[in-house]
Amino acid sequence: MQKNSIKTVVAIGIGAALFFVLGRFVAIPSGIPNTNITLQYAILALLAVMYGPVAGGLIGFIGHTLIDLSWGGSPWWSWVIASAFVGVVVGLFANKIKLNEGNFGKKEIITFAIANIVANVIAWVGVAPVLDILIYAEPANKVFAQGATAAAINSIAAVVVGALLCIAYSKTIAKKGSLDKE
Amino acid sequence: MAANTVLNYLPRKSVVHELTGTTKLAFFLLFTFASMITYDTRVLICLMLFSFAVFHLSKIQLREVRFMLVFMLAFLFLNNLFIFLFDPDQGTNLYGTRTVLFHLFWRYDVTAEQLFYMFNISLKYFVALPIAILFISATNPSEFAASLNKIGVSYRIGYAVSIALRYIPDIQRDYHNISQAQQARGVELGKKEKLISRLKNSVSILMPLIMSSLSRIDIISNAMELRGFGKDKKKRTWYVQRPFKRNDWIALAIGVGLLVFSAVVTFWDGNRFFNPFQ
Repeated sequence: MQKNSIKTVVAIGIGAALFFVLGRFVAIPSGIPNTNITLQYAILALLAVMYGPVAGGLIGFIGHTLIDLSWGGSPWWSWVIASAFVGVVVGLFANKIKLNEGNFGKKEIITFAIANIVANVIAWVGVAPVLDILIYAEPANKVFAQGATAAAINSIAAVVVGALLCIAYSKTIAKKGSLDKE
Repeated sequence: MAANTVLNYLPRKSVVHELTGTTKLAFFLLFTFASMITYDTRVLICLMLFSFAVFHLSKIQLREVRFMLVFMLAFLFLNNLFIFLFDPDQGTNLYGTRTVLFHLFWRYDVTAEQLFYMFNISLKYFVALPIAILFISATNPSEFAASLNKIGVSYRIGYAVSIALRYIPDIQRDYHNISQAQQARGVELGKKEKLISRLKNSVSILMPLIMSSLSRIDIISNAMELRGFGKDKKKRTWYVQRPFKRNDWIALAIGVGLLVFSAVVTFWDGNRFFNPFQ
């Protein structure tokens, strides 16, 4: 599926629209005051696995930029770049997970979880705060605290919801050799 | 039309609206970078006066963009609060001196340096806000893809952005319908459920949304393939693209000028910060 460039273009567009809608209008209360779980990183993970790192990165980049613009500010570039980074990293693991062939067993779930945790932790505890300090000169412990919260929340959302989505999706695909001769 | 609900396009007859989308995008990026690299109070004040003047030129009323304004002010307030809570001495770290105005409690002293640092942060918001609002409300969304392509972004990416803008309202409506239907079946995302079952329940809303989006991807990409999208590797023409006029060149020159001005004044003395304390 990755080889078809028209499909990738459309998937980037629709993926960014999904990312936008989920990030902008949907929030699940997490139990901690003023902290909501948003689901856009679960969708980002699924689409990155399906369409690869380029699509994943662009979905994160475009979707996040549109969210920031729609709130009325100029995009907060450090976090936009971090979102794109998540998409790229999860997409790089896509070769190991052949979701489009309907294989999503225990091994793939573990790979998927590792990919998402690695991507989110590096993005929100590494990329975003460091860029915040470089670009916006914000206090280090503030941006790292924000980053750690984001990493925890987004990892949970991506791993739990994302994996459930992948399992449900893989069941809709007929596996290779699933027909038996009687 | 539908994309207007997302990015709040306000058509008007004004100098700003008549600029081409390409100019506005390029100017927006130049201006954002000009305000991003600098922490020099003098530069920030110049940029702020300039962006207020442009906002006035656009004939957009403040009350039309009240929502964005209120949201950004709330965000600004929270951000300043968190900066102070997490590090009341960031100003001292940056400016090198410590002038205590008065003591609050525990480790929290209010210092002149901290106030000045937070004043600069707030100033940065006020520099960026009018231009960002203008960029959103004075650019026709259908011109956006053409503008991206014109400043050198591959037209495939421009097309992806325009697909995103076009389908956001549709997907929003889909989401709303699916979530209402699932709630009628007893799927609960609110505080009544345990956290883990909230997450599980969200899957039963997301799954239909994804399946419908995947079939949308199939339909759209088939339609585009039938019309020969991507056959020409390099270029593509755009229905809404307009030729550059005199004002476009002037606006671009001003944008480049401001970026150079900001970079020169800021890094001239080798320090991003204007320091009135030494």
